Amino acid sequence: MDINFVIEKFALVTALFAISLVIAMYSTYAERKVAAFLQDRLGPDRAGPFGILQPLADGVKMFMKEEIIPGNASKWLFMVGPGLAMLCACIGTAVIPWGQDLNIGGRVVPLQVTDINVGVLYIFGVVSLGVYGVMIGGWASNNKYSLLSAIRAASQNISYEIAMGLSIIALLLVTNSLSLKEIVEQQHGFGWNVWVQPLGFLIFMVCSFAETNRAPFDLPECETELIGGYHTEYSSMKLGFYLFAEYINMFVSSAVMATLYFGGYNYPFMDTVAGLSWVTPNLAAIFGTLAFFLKIFAFIFFFMWVRWTIPRFRYDQLMNLGWKVLIPLAIANIVITGIVIAVIKF
Amino acid sequence: MGTSVFYVVATLSIIFSLMVIFAKNPIHSVLYLIVTFFTFTVHYVLLNAQFLAVVNFIVYMGAIMVLFLFVLMLLNLNKENEPNKSAFVKILGVIAGGCLAVTLVGSFKAVAINSPMVLKNPNLGLVKNLGKELFGPFMLPFELCSILLLAAMVGAVLLTKKEEKANG
Repeated sequence: MDINFVIEKFALVTALFAISLVIAMYSTYAERKVAAFLQDRLGPDRAGPFGILQPLADGVKMFMKEEIIPGNASKWLFMVGPGLAMLCACIGTAVIPWGQDLNIGGRVVPLQVTDINVGVLYIFGVVSLGVYGVMIGGWASNNKYSLLSAIRAASQNISYEIAMGLSIIALLLVTNSLSLKEIVEQQHGFGWNVWVQPLGFLIFMVCSFAETNRAPFDLPECETELIGGYHTEYSSMKLGFYLFAEYINMFVSSAVMATLYFGGYNYPFMDTVAGLSWVTPNLAAIFGTLAFFLKIFAFIFFFMWVRWTIPRFRYDQLMNLGWKVLIPLAIANIVITGIVIAVIKF
Repeated sequence: MGTSVFYVVATLSIIFSLMVIFAKNPIHSVLYLIVTFFTFTVHYVLLNAQFLAVVNFIVYMGAIMVLFLFVLMLLNLNKENEPNKSAFVKILGVIAGGCLAVTLVGSFKAVAINSPMVLKNPNLGLVKNLGKELFGPFMLPFELCSILLLAAMVGAVLLTKKEEKANG
């Protein structure tokens, strides 16, 4: 194995991990600022200018708090829960193409940890695994509210996974590839998949909200019914891990949505920009990556916007939406896509 | 490299499968089963069957085991309400298990004679090749399988409907 290969992958993984954590950290700050903006308040503004040191203060607070493990809790699983939530949140970034290949000293460095040819399914697998952290933590707490929350999380996750998978199938009919890198390459310039799969995108987005447990689908942590939900018994950094995992999930699902439907690192007039005399290929790739992050931030803002605008669903409404609206819509979308593709080919 | 990884993962599979049986708590048992399925996923990757690996990951680990865990959490099984098994049932269990073991050993012996399918075409497990294989020569069995699954689904729906009528 080439030593340069190991170094470059290691650097990329470290950078991705750091970026995920920093974005998650500042998402907590952004969430409070967005909430304040939407509710005509100021939001955090004490720690540093505009309160930008607030996430650090919160982090220190989390570490300093007393760590409590309930007496009758299953101790080992109680600790595994938040760790698993965090792990599942972080590994999703491995298959996302973050930019065009860079050329460093004659070496082609892809800005993607690994381009497995089942990338879409890998993301889907990681998403479906994410619920274990919540379930195990909720059960191990030995608290009936936590248990109810864990059960809610499981049934919600399973229900929305089906619609999500079906919306991905319609997308795959269009792209003919399961590799995320290829899917992004196909959307060169402004030919994004959202133009051909608008309904599929809508279904995928609603399901992403449900899979990340974000409002209006945050029933597992519905405080009016379940106190704190699955993390009722958690304190200190274990609680911090659960909250952090939610924000990393939000970041990863924003990245996935931007990759699958909004062209990833492609942006309109990218060929014109790349053709300018002062733009080297590396610089053009960096512009693409910046465009990608801009899209991700737009999605994260959208997540927050929805959270502070729309009230939480009732549980039966959630199940009705998942099974009776989204799944039939997703199946209709597959059939229509299939017919259109057959007609075009004919 | 491949063989040594296989032996490590295979040992782990066996250890975790045994833990599934020996765990006292049903929830722990299911969690061990999930880890066992994860080791199976690694086996599929080692066989270069990427699609099978990731589908095993999604369907077994991500969906079926979540439902298992879900049901067990709802049932709230623990030691106190575990039914006492009589010696007769235990002996019957041992006999049935022994019969299964004999059948498995017999069938694996037959398999060992034929060379495994994977060796003939190492890229068979990639999505494209697998799809061509499934929708080409194996079209009919594949579609029959899906009808079987559909029948099971309709049956399950019908069972819940019957329950409703009896109650109402």
